[in-house]
Amino acid sequence: MSDAKEGQQHPLAVYLWIWLLLFVLSTFSYLVDYFHLHGMLRWSLIITFMLLKAGFIVAIFMHMAWERLALKLAILVPPLCLLILIGFMAIEGDYTFLTRGAAFLR
Amino acid sequence: MAHDAPATALGPLQQVAGDFAADKQAFTVPWGKAMMWIFLLSDTFIFSCFLTSYMNVRISTMSAWPNPSEVFALHLFGQDIPLILIAIMTFVLITSSGTMALAVNYGYRRDRKHTVMLLCATAALGATFVGMQAFEWTKLITEGVRPWGNPWGAPQFGSSFFMITGFHGCHVTAGVIYLLITAKRVASGFYDRKGSYETVEVAGLYWHFVDLVWVFIFAFFYLW
Repeated sequence: MSDAKEGQQHPLAVYLWIWLLLFVLSTFSYLVDYFHLHGMLRWSLIITFMLLKAGFIVAIFMHMAWERLALKLAILVPPLCLLILIGFMAIEGDYTFLTRGAAFLR
Repeated sequence: MAHDAPATALGPLQQVAGDFAADKQAFTVPWGKAMMWIFLLSDTFIFSCFLTSYMNVRISTMSAWPNPSEVFALHLFGQDIPLILIAIMTFVLITSSGTMALAVNYGYRRDRKHTVMLLCATAALGATFVGMQAFEWTKLITEGVRPWGNPWGAPQFGSSFFMITGFHGCHVTAGVIYLLITAKRVASGFYDRKGSYETVEVAGLYWHFVDLVWVFIFAFFYLW
């Protein structure tokens, strides 16, 4: 290690702006519920605000944006296989629902 | 850093290939940080399994899912405000994430006083969060929510709720202890003798992850 700068050092303003942004995004996601939005509009807004918040926390607060690509790939790529799990379990849930309907609601 | 020396026009993928190739350290970060990231990766899978199983039971249940907006409403100022307790908990946790980020920053500046203050503020906000969660659990248990049933609909609601928020609450509790130990070590000058404040950043990674998980729980369990 060189004796230049140690670890992740960034201007304070970066953190303060992201902090403010997270507050605003959280307020927006709360307002989605407060105003009783429904259907696709509600779900797409929830997902959008969630992903933005998660992205800013990981990229800035956890410093992932400044890490080397090797670490980024090692940490961020494996969770993608969760999409397969989610897909399978959604199909499975639908199947269970239909089976229950056929068995119990005759 | 020594590894960065031949940074001549290497493409990003060539850089990755270089980092992973040969008998050398793959990640140019302190080992504690790499290990924390790998632990957090495994924790991601645990929480994802909980949230996915919650999705599965919610899709497959025959009875209506209780409306979280009403279940978690509080009667304040003469009216029912939907989801207000959860909203406050969310803001408390985000505030703590901000103080944590600042603590890491002041640590690297070798400003021990501010680092300790910010770490203690983060721990206090975390403890506040756990306290509010305890209040929420008490309220729901008094209203008759059990892991096997509740007064409003799908019985799976209780088991999902206690499992997901309970596991997250355990993480917050552990994080508060972790932060207090780190603060004590900053105060005693431990990291100055060690010559590195990276450990504060590693503790920060854990704390931000706890906030990150809450973002997903808030979206999928409370808002959906």
